[in-house]
Amino acid sequence: MKALLTRDLRLAVRAGGGGGLALALFLIVCVLMPLAVGPGPAMPGPIAAGVLWLGALLANLLSLDRLLALDWEDGTLDLLATAPLPMEAVVMAKALAHWITTGLPLVLAAPVLAVLLNLPAPGVPWLVLGLAVGTPALSAIGTFGAALTVGLNRGSLLMPLLVLPLQIPTLMFGADAARRGTAGLDPTTPMLLLAGLTIAIVALMPFASAAVLRVNLR
Amino acid sequence: MSFWEYANPKKFLAVSERVLPIFWIGAGMCLVAGLIWGFFFTPDDYRQGSTVKIIYLHVPSALMAINTWLMMLVASLIWLIRRHHVSALAARAAAPVGVAMTLIALITGALWGQPIWGTWWAWDPRLTSFMILFLFYLGYVALWQAIRDPDTAADLTSILCLVGSVFALLSRYAVLFWEQGLHQGASLSLDAEQNVADVFYWPLLLCIAGFVLLFIALVLYRTGTEIRVRRIRALMTRERMMA
Repeated sequence: MKALLTRDLRLAVRAGGGGGLALALFLIVCVLMPLAVGPGPAMPGPIAAGVLWLGALLANLLSLDRLLALDWEDGTLDLLATAPLPMEAVVMAKALAHWITTGLPLVLAAPVLAVLLNLPAPGVPWLVLGLAVGTPALSAIGTFGAALTVGLNRGSLLMPLLVLPLQIPTLMFGADAARRGTAGLDPTTPMLLLAGLTIAIVALMPFASAAVLRVNLR
Repeated sequence: MSFWEYANPKKFLAVSERVLPIFWIGAGMCLVAGLIWGFFFTPDDYRQGSTVKIIYLHVPSALMAINTWLMMLVASLIWLIRRHHVSALAARAAAPVGVAMTLIALITGALWGQPIWGTWWAWDPRLTSFMILFLFYLGYVALWQAIRDPDTAADLTSILCLVGSVFALLSRYAVLFWEQGLHQGASLSLDAEQNVADVFYWPLLLCIAGFVLLFIALVLYRTGTEIRVRRIRALMTRERMMA
């Protein structure tokens, strides 16, 4: 599992794309949003947290179609299926690699972009904490979507429709925590709910993803 | 004689063809009677005027939109556990019906909300979770359409249905937490003494019965079509092998 993880990470870094592109998309969303909403010194302010969360969702989506499709095409997945490693662990490693290459950079970039979007200072730590807690769930759900569509030619077109609705609860709790933090309210309740949600998703989703992948490899 | 005998496509077709006319006629009669009764022979509400009559479409369709997903969930479970093809095809056949029911509920709700709430749409928990349910339906139907191999498609959509059910429930309660409601509470519940005034209650019940019968008829009919499509495909493959 560790070997698989390091292999995926090395591939992501050396082949380029993956993490860098997701980060670029995140940045573009944050730049385009004020342009779309209109000028004004304090314009994005209150909705900045929501925009950043939405950007995280979209950036997370971007690299999903490469997550399993490349391994599917060159037969690596078939080899992994016959390996002693259970499929659940394979999927878990894939999700973890995806998180390290796309989720983690987003979390690290979020404070900077939050300043760019005029997010009030008390909201920033809650936004970053929320993203750190929530993005693993996004990756786990995304892996499920990738596993569902791995055998399809038009898989990447279908992916948003399948993955985004599943990410709604994470988005709602995460954005709510950041919003409450911004408004000076107590954000612990949504934060705890978000954490519980992430734990459940990360624990259970690999089973669904592995089941789906087995069907696709049949 | 066991329930599972109807999992045999031939037996299923024979029986469903025999009972289908009953369901069609029953659905037609209930709907025509219920809607005419409801629309023309019930008094206007003293505050909402005649807009209240949209309840005869809105409540039954919303009820069926949720129950269709439940039926798909049960059918998916049966397919995953017992591998009966009819079950998978019934889930597939029910999904577009569910899409239609969700749309009817959303549209009638918007038509009613405009004069009463003063807005077509509000991000209220019930409305939002219905929109989310609609998205789940779309994803499910799209996945069925996208996969060529029927057994793989059945497996994948079944798992999506299971996972989707969990997330749909999660979203349902997450939106409750997220925003206070504008939508009134449940119009009907089994444990209430009196739900709606009797004049509105009986035609509403008739309309609900009509929607249930219509749903059963549509699903049986569409499942039959799916089975025949599957058969034709098998015949064509066999012919190509012979040639």
